[in-house]
Amino acid sequence: MLSQVWAFLFGRLSFESLPFHEPILVVTFIVVALGGIGLVAALTYYRLWSYLWHEWLTTVDHKRIGIMYMVLGIIMLLRGFADAIMMRSQQAIAFGGSEGYLPAHHYDQIFTAHGVIMIFFVAMPFVTGLMNYVVPLQIGARDVAFPFLNNFSFWMTVSGVVLVMASLFIGEFAKTGWLAYPPLSGLDASPDVGVDYYIWALQIAGVGTLLSGVNLVATIVKMRAPGMSMMKMPIFTWTALCTNILIVAAFPVLTAVLALLAADRYLGMNFFTNDLGGNAMMYINLVWIWGHPEVYILILPAFGVFSEVVSTFSGKRLFGYASMVYATVVITVLAYLVWLHHFFTMGSGASVNSFFGITTMIISIPTGAKMFNWLFTMYHGRIRFELPMLWSLAFMLTFVIGGMTGVMLAVPPADFVLHNSLFLVAHFHNVIIGGVLFGMFAGINFWFPKAFGFKLDRFWGLVSFWFWVVGFYAAFMPLYVLGLMGVTRRLRVFEDPSLQIWFVIAAGGAALIAIGILAFLIQLFVSIKNREKLRDTTGDPWNARTLEWSTSSPPPEYNFAFTPVIYDSDAWWDMKARGYQRPLDGYRPIHMPKNTGAGVILAGLAFLTGFGLVWYIWWLALVSFVALIGYAIAHTFNYDRDFTIPAEEVAETEHGRTALLGAGA
Amino acid sequence: MNAHTDTHDEDHEDGHAGGTLGSYVSGFILSVVLTAVPFWLVMTGALDDRTLTAIIIMAFAVVQIVVHMVFFLHMNTTSEGGWNMMALIFTLVIVAIALIGSLWVMFHLNVNMMPPMQPMGPAT
Repeated sequence: MLSQVWAFLFGRLSFESLPFHEPILVVTFIVVALGGIGLVAALTYYRLWSYLWHEWLTTVDHKRIGIMYMVLGIIMLLRGFADAIMMRSQQAIAFGGSEGYLPAHHYDQIFTAHGVIMIFFVAMPFVTGLMNYVVPLQIGARDVAFPFLNNFSFWMTVSGVVLVMASLFIGEFAKTGWLAYPPLSGLDASPDVGVDYYIWALQIAGVGTLLSGVNLVATIVKMRAPGMSMMKMPIFTWTALCTNILIVAAFPVLTAVLALLAADRYLGMNFFTNDLGGNAMMYINLVWIWGHPEVYILILPAFGVFSEVVSTFSGKRLFGYASMVYATVVITVLAYLVWLHHFFTMGSGASVNSFFGITTMIISIPTGAKMFNWLFTMYHGRIRFELPMLWSLAFMLTFVIGGMTGVMLAVPPADFVLHNSLFLVAHFHNVIIGGVLFGMFAGINFWFPKAFGFKLDRFWGLVSFWFWVVGFYAAFMPLYVLGLMGVTRRLRVFEDPSLQIWFVIAAGGAALIAIGILAFLIQLFVSIKNREKLRDTTGDPWNARTLEWSTSSPPPEYNFAFTPVIYDSDAWWDMKARGYQRPLDGYRPIHMPKNTGAGVILAGLAFLTGFGLVWYIWWLALVSFVALIGYAIAHTFNYDRDFTIPAEEVAETEHGRTALLGAGA
Repeated sequence: MNAHTDTHDEDHEDGHAGGTLGSYVSGFILSVVLTAVPFWLVMTGALDDRTLTAIIIMAFAVVQIVVHMVFFLHMNTTSEGGWNMMALIFTLVIVAIALIGSLWVMFHLNVNMMPPMQPMGPAT
């Protein structure tokens, strides 16, 4: 009787679900709990809860939401990197009969969590955050097209993050690898909660990603300043447009394929099972129809960042603007034509493999064209080696190596040798770290002064840069070597002692990257401490070219007192060249969206729904899902959504800026 | 909510034409017909050939999508400054790639990799 009540109330959740028997997790939990208590205590002591809630958590301001995405990405980078360094140390010591220090079921969760977190909860928040912050400013808009939806999207992503983090201490995460291939992820092979955590975390976060994609597409299409035709859009906005189109077209495929997997696991269906007509290969086919565009979703905004950075710090207009746009659009379409190269070895045969091998090689052409555009932009430029430019240069070198190993993998016969080896692992880290991550660091260093009004500290930025770059090469070049020697990925222990030295070098590289991450955090801390010394009052610290630099740093809530009129793709450069004078009067009231807590509440309900589904707590899942839908409908009747900033307040803000500009001159 | 209402009023002029009662009614009637005919085909088994029935149902479904887009979503080649048409073409291309590609790939995988449904005994 009691057990039935328990089962009704808590589903399959029990005290055994808590990992008391895992010393590593217990210690982690204690550290996290203490940190959490400390944070809550500090917020309470400094009376910051109200400020946090009213100014940040409920904000619909695209700038603040962008910053929150970046903070989320940084926090999750620490979690994902903790997984990475555990894998590297395990592989470095598990030789000569040693089992290392991670038991198999824990190690399998770690490599799965590392992949899932780094792609979905580090790279995606970074990319989305940067686009959220920069795009409306670059196109001269006051906010995104749907400000509340933006807030909701962010909190749905957070909801997915919380679900993944909960799996660390309540139950376990998937042990299937980051794409959870069936039949391993089916109910027969993985009866535990791990895959369910995976499914619901990605489904919830996926809602956020999809909606933010819709939002940014609508923003870019509908809200450009007058005069900004498509071919006058800054390149970063172009890449953001293409990325969000990719998101809108690709993420529903992931949602559908995970829904089918969930149907297999929850409803006893047989889409991907081994018997009763199921076909696991269909999952792999579908998941990569999403998966390959996802790669370009991540890299295109990074390409946009490099385009802005290289042209700004070379003091030149971007070489080949039109070719850059066409290359981006071509990549957007070709991204859908290459997915099979992720499973050449599954047995499609010669004709299919040749087709997808050739399309994969073709996609390197527009990418290569971009590389030449950046090089020619630098040619005869007056290059300033500021931090964003250094990251861009490191990107160009590193990404070319990663691109060439990618073309090697695109050759089906070569892929038969290299498939699932550490060569592949080295390749995709080469392009994701060398491309996306370096791009995000370039972007953070580039736009930080815009977001906060002071530059980031150069010394610690340089320390971070060099440790990251050298650490990357030390950590991943050995994996190329190991892959060519035939070592496959996801191994926990090794027999052959001659391999150990390479894993030790790679672990050393991971340690260097750890210093790079630490230096980045110190860079943030030191910059905040010395903010008066690093202060920029002009709003344009880099002598940059696009519209976001024409407003103050940080920009006022309404971004632009007057909507600018655009005559050139480098709008701000053009305005400066024509001796632009800021208008000093004639301000008008500005119509703005109002903050709302609905996003936080809806995402909280989504988390409860997901948690209930993971643990089979059906009443919780049902109640919170009904509440979720009900609250969403109720929110549509909230008509108190906007307010007007009076002209006097705008005038006051703008006069403050005029005084600052005058003092700086 | 459009924070840009003060400057972008002209955007609302093009394409937002709502439907008339007549267009909604004709859309409704077309939808009903396009739903009823496939139902009738299946329920009465009017055609002996099941494959042919399936193909006809698929064809009706495609027409149904077009009817919804034209009469209920008010899409045409010029609405929203041509962006709707662009988005539609892109969607069709992507859906075609995903469907045709998947069919092609899965056909090859099934032929090459799946065990045959009947146990293969020695040829008799």
